[in-house]
Amino acid sequence: MLLKDKTILITGSSKGIGKATATLFAQHGANLVLLSRDIAALNELSANLSSACSTVVNVYQSDVRSHDSLKAVFTDLNTKGIVIDVLVNNAGIMIGATLQTVSEELIKQTYETNVFGAMYASQFSLRSFLKKRKGNIINLSSIIGAKGSAGHSVYGSSKMAIIGFTQSLSKELAPLNIRVNAIAPGFIDTDMTKDLTPALHEKTLSSVGMRRIGTPEDVAKVALFLASDLSEYVTGQVIGVDGGMVI
Amino acid sequence: MDEKLVQIISAAFKIPAASVTDDLEYQSIPQWDSISHMLLISDIESNFNIVIDTQDVINLSSVGKAKEILRKYIPN
Repeated sequence: MLLKDKTILITGSSKGIGKATATLFAQHGANLVLLSRDIAALNELSANLSSACSTVVNVYQSDVRSHDSLKAVFTDLNTKGIVIDVLVNNAGIMIGATLQTVSEELIKQTYETNVFGAMYASQFSLRSFLKKRKGNIINLSSIIGAKGSAGHSVYGSSKMAIIGFTQSLSKELAPLNIRVNAIAPGFIDTDMTKDLTPALHEKTLSSVGMRRIGTPEDVAKVALFLASDLSEYVTGQVIGVDGGMVI
Repeated sequence: MDEKLVQIISAAFKIPAASVTDDLEYQSIPQWDSISHMLLISDIESNFNIVIDTQDVINLSSVGKAKEILRKYIPN
């Protein structure tokens, strides 16, 4: 039970890595605050976790692109006296397309979700962390953000921004006993990768040293380490979860 | 309310309450640096049970400003 008595907020937690992380965290005793645009999926996940793990789960339909939407969530948490210990900035969207074919709207959506949303949620979470004089932010970046990839200039740069955000914020908040780290997943079996053609799937797989696609649970396990006190002296790090992928 | 705020600031910066005057500004004394500023905002929010908007956090640059901003959240 690595997360007993911790309250953890996860954005984008209705599916994929966010859902796997919520599930693993609940199994380790965490109370959860789950955010997603898909409230039906969150309600189902909440019911399952509450009965299977006897954990307290609060769910909110929220769009991280909206400052007002996040403000409403944190105001409600404040009213309920819920003080979070860990924030997982997981909500994200991925577009794979050459720069010339990406619309202005999609560029905005990508940055609003992947970058601005993480910044807004971190700002609001700071209020909880400062009350406890302790806190922990886990940002989801990507191997594409760390290494770059043709056809991912918009997505990749948004995830590189997350690395910069992580590294700078970790320095800013370290004196306040607030840790900030990032995870950079590689080729993971989620909705983001399911639409690849068989040929592209095989090609991508051949670049993974361990010759298998990663699972959301592979990423969740590293998030568990970062969320727990096992990593209490770790901050400002970007941890790859990519099976030795080379891009 | 003003008196309570002065006590919070006095405790946060470990300075006498008499030194907490309206013209005391952020970064005008060593005790009011960027780190203690963040903690002060948190202390104000906790003590008054309010959530201060980001724009007001940005504008909270002196004791006088803090009193002015606080009145928006606690009218009486």
